[in-house]
Amino acid sequence: MRSLLRLWPYAREARWRILGSMTAAGIASLSVLAVPVVLRRIVDGPVAHRDLSGLWPLAGALLLLGVAEAVLFGVRRVIVARPLARVETRLRGELFAKLQRLPISFHDRWPSGQLLSRATSDLFVLRLFLAFPLVFLVVNSTVFLTGTALMFVLDWRLALITLLPAIPLMFFTRRFEAGYSAASRLAQDQNGDLATVVEESVLGIRILKAFGRHRTMAEEFRDRSAALRETELRKAGLLGDLWAVIVGLPELALGGVLAAGAVLVAHDQLSVGTLVAFLSTAMALRWPVESIGWLLGFAAEAASAANRYFEVMDEPEPVDPPSGRAPSADLGIRFTGVRFRYPDAPEGSPDLLAGVDLHVRPGETLALVGATGSGKTTLTALLPRLYEPTAGSITLDGTDIRDVPRAELRRQVAVAFEDPTLFSATVAENVLMGAPDATPEQVAAALATAQAGFVDKLPAGLDTEVGEQGLSLSGGQRQRLALARAVVGEPRFLVLDDPLSALDVHTEALVERALREVLSGTTALVVAHRPSTVLLADRVALLADGRIAAVGTHQELLRSCPAYRALMSGEPELEGALAR
Amino acid sequence: MTTAVAEPVTEEDDLLPPAADNQDIPVPPGAPRALLGSLLAPHRRRIAVAVLAVLLQQAALQTGPLLVAYAIDRGVPALRGHDWGPLVAVTAAYLGCALAATLLQRAFIRLAARINQDVLLELRGRIFRHAQRLSLDFHERYTSGRIISRATGDVDTLRELLSEGLQELLMVCLSVGYITVVLVVVDWRLGLAALASFLPMYLVIRSFRRRSQQVYRRSRTVSAGLIVRFTETMNGIRPVQAFRREAANDEAFGAVNRQSATATADGLLEMARYVFLSRLTANAWITGVVVLGAFLVTDGSLELGVLTAFVLYLRRLYDPIDQLAMFLNSYQSAAAALEKISGLLAHEPSVPEPAEPAELPAAAGKGREVVFRAAAFGYADGEQVLPPFDLRLPAGRTTAVVGATGAGKSTLAKLLARFYDPTAGSVTLDGVDLRELSTADLRANVVMVTQESFLFSGTVAENIAVGKPDATRAEIEAAARAIGAHAFIAALPDGYDTDVRKRGGRISAGQRQLVAFARALLADPAVLILDEATSSLDVPGEQAVQHAMRTVLAGRTAVIIAHRLSTVEIADRVLVMDRGRVVEDGTPAALIAGEGRFATLHRTWKDSLV
Repeated sequence: MRSLLRLWPYAREARWRILGSMTAAGIASLSVLAVPVVLRRIVDGPVAHRDLSGLWPLAGALLLLGVAEAVLFGVRRVIVARPLARVETRLRGELFAKLQRLPISFHDRWPSGQLLSRATSDLFVLRLFLAFPLVFLVVNSTVFLTGTALMFVLDWRLALITLLPAIPLMFFTRRFEAGYSAASRLAQDQNGDLATVVEESVLGIRILKAFGRHRTMAEEFRDRSAALRETELRKAGLLGDLWAVIVGLPELALGGVLAAGAVLVAHDQLSVGTLVAFLSTAMALRWPVESIGWLLGFAAEAASAANRYFEVMDEPEPVDPPSGRAPSADLGIRFTGVRFRYPDAPEGSPDLLAGVDLHVRPGETLALVGATGSGKTTLTALLPRLYEPTAGSITLDGTDIRDVPRAELRRQVAVAFEDPTLFSATVAENVLMGAPDATPEQVAAALATAQAGFVDKLPAGLDTEVGEQGLSLSGGQRQRLALARAVVGEPRFLVLDDPLSALDVHTEALVERALREVLSGTTALVVAHRPSTVLLADRVALLADGRIAAVGTHQELLRSCPAYRALMSGEPELEGALAR
Repeated sequence: MTTAVAEPVTEEDDLLPPAADNQDIPVPPGAPRALLGSLLAPHRRRIAVAVLAVLLQQAALQTGPLLVAYAIDRGVPALRGHDWGPLVAVTAAYLGCALAATLLQRAFIRLAARINQDVLLELRGRIFRHAQRLSLDFHERYTSGRIISRATGDVDTLRELLSEGLQELLMVCLSVGYITVVLVVVDWRLGLAALASFLPMYLVIRSFRRRSQQVYRRSRTVSAGLIVRFTETMNGIRPVQAFRREAANDEAFGAVNRQSATATADGLLEMARYVFLSRLTANAWITGVVVLGAFLVTDGSLELGVLTAFVLYLRRLYDPIDQLAMFLNSYQSAAAALEKISGLLAHEPSVPEPAEPAELPAAAGKGREVVFRAAAFGYADGEQVLPPFDLRLPAGRTTAVVGATGAGKSTLAKLLARFYDPTAGSVTLDGVDLRELSTADLRANVVMVTQESFLFSGTVAENIAVGKPDATRAEIEAAARAIGAHAFIAALPDGYDTDVRKRGGRISAGQRQLVAFARALLADPAVLILDEATSSLDVPGEQAVQHAMRTVLAGRTAVIIAHRLSTVEIADRVLVMDRGRVVEDGTPAALIAGEGRFATLHRTWKDSLV
């Protein structure tokens, strides 16, 4: 429950409104309790005496109470509507901003679905908690205490009978809560598992269809949904017990009150009006009693939502250095003793990068090659500081990248990723992400370099919406746009991760020709799988066993480095070794 | 949540007409209701029992005030005359009613949950099975995110309606009905007066429904936008950070977020308005009825106890009105969800399973013969992708298909794998039309490996075993070894038992393709189609695969589609395609020796190697 207190800074701005809402709800609920009192006066007074002259003021009072209740219940909702929506918005906005700035290693650990559920359903629960359970926990407790006091005033003997079931009720509710929350957690998990099966069956539909395996998947789905059904039924069973007790016990007590009341009335120890008022009060208290159970349950749920929220918000954000270091004379990109291992790499395994020393000269294009899984992509991700090296340093034009604010660093280093992601925006906006102040001519030039002529044929040309909410483009088209995005700003440093993998031979050749021109003035690091991509580069570096095993021109390496020759031409390494 | 990663990276997709249909598929009129009906129909008897349980439960519960009236009007006077009989009877009745109400409530909740869960189980299953049955062209248009939200989010809203909403509505209706009857029976004049309140109540509810519907629609659109922005940013966090999109994204998200705040608040305000109006109506009416009752009692035409009971009932009558608003809200979202679900279910697969599948003749060898006879393929909008063509792929031969982007290579492959049906002509396997084969037979004989290399959660071994679920570990390892995947798998933290989801992000694209190959190898099909299946492999990887292919493909019918010519070398025959037509056809050697496109392509490629 302590995590709920941490909501205070966010709820602070709405605190008066929430307090007002509580007050309004409190007064309204109490006015409901006053109704039986007025009714008693009407029954015992004007009606019993067959004298209607006294009826009007009482009827007026009854109407007034009714109107007050309606107004107050309306007001209690109205005054918190906008402030609470703002609280939710603020919580969500800060979460979003935080998540964007957390390191990639954080996102590697957290699936986006988990983050989304925090930004949506958890925050919904928190808003709901501030709007209802929080208010009614306070209000209903007040109403319950006041109502109980009122019953004692009306008749203490009957009040005692009414309160009798409270003790078993409390005991039962506690036991129920423990069982129910365990079942709910299980159901939530099973729901997640089910969603995963659905997700995978859709994402992997081609494979399932290709192998005719959708029946296997359907069986798994059936088993999991049957398991979920079992859990849900168990929950319903518990709920049935709870409701039976919560509704039944007080009702039984009321039976006792009725009998005892009638006896008291018969012995003239109690007026009929008082008995009526007592019974109405007891019935009016039904809801507050019933509600406290689920309000507590809701509060527990809100507390776990708050926990989930702050779990993410408490992640440390990377700190940026102040800007304005003067560059030294050492130009180009220099890796010195760079080591890297993923935080979740198994213990005892060697570092993925184990001391990389590499210099990319200014204006030079260096191709980075290496076997599948040798760490090429990881090495390039270190440059814009998407990951931090575990040891060693990287300098750009002599400045350690750790001494440059990230935004500044990333302005200098443009990247095209192996997996080309476009965002929900127009084609032009997607390209402009590389350099926000690029001119339309520069955009056109970048698209031309990437051979993205297909853009002209899109429904709205450059203004066509793409991404999740727009037109879906093919892998090759996305890759070409991502390439245009990387080259548009004529960046000082360029990182291309296998930029042509989804292109056919013909387009690849065209892109290569155009890229050569762009690369002539840029310091670039290009990850390459194929000889054709390597030919873009002035020199080639071979990454093997976490180190740079060889550097030289393509021809030099073909001659001198058997491992390189094996990688490029596929000739078994043995031959090269024999030749040496 | 759809991720960009999962989408196929095939250049050939250029051929697809744009997926401009951002709206959902059209829903046949009456389909949502028919769907709900068909889901509930099997539970007719259980529903009847449940309704009966509530009926009795409400009867027991609502007798309370009547018994109070009896106790006051009869029990007390009798007691004054030292006759305990009526009071004991009425108390016993009250306790009996309380007990019955309790037990019936419990029974109802359990029964309702059973119905509810069975309906959901059935619905989830239907959506799942249907989505799996639908053809690939549908999946290419209807994004994965939408199917996932049909089977999860939309079903959840329906669950909320069924588990809370309907139960509430039933209770509300019954208690209103009961109380109405009681009111009229107890005293018809007061009863009529009380019933008259239904008219203003109806107006209040109607206006709430109309107004909240608009707010609701808006907030749904806004929240969908919110979710898309959020997932897109998180899934693309690398480019987001690399291109410094943080501030711009904050702003864009902030705008949607503010819209969402407005919509949320508007919804809350509508609710506030409704609560105010309905309470006001109810309370004003109660006052009116009390005044009327007071007159009638003074007249002597009404007993005091009856008035008391009446007022108690009247208050109960208006109690469930707030719940009605909640019900309307959950009904609205469930109706929308049901509409979308029924739209999905109404969509018929364009590649249906035959009602009476034909038998395949026993295979002579490992491979089977494939014949395209006047086969053609085009989209509904009239765009012709493959004009009618004839092609015979003899059993046991390996054919390579090359050509530029958009030449129709992948479409050819998809016709052969029956991901699509030809719009004219036929494709036959050993003389049997693919359309007449059962899915099981078809998939056992024809397997396609695509460039896409999705891994399912589970271990590496399980992922390979997708090709043959009952494969032994030895068979799995043999397949991986044959394709050159054993080395990297053995180097994973838990070898073949490594969970791919935990480290899946770092199983590289090339390695995933090797797993896909091993999977296909294990399936042991008569016809194997490789569609750009080696694009992410480096040269040694590709050569290892090719080396393996020479033995693996021996005797099988194989179709290899490749951008890279290196793949073609193991083929017996090469087809060069251009704009949907086969323009060159021959052995690799013959084509290289000639002066055609293939010869040119081959020379360019050779040059790039050294």
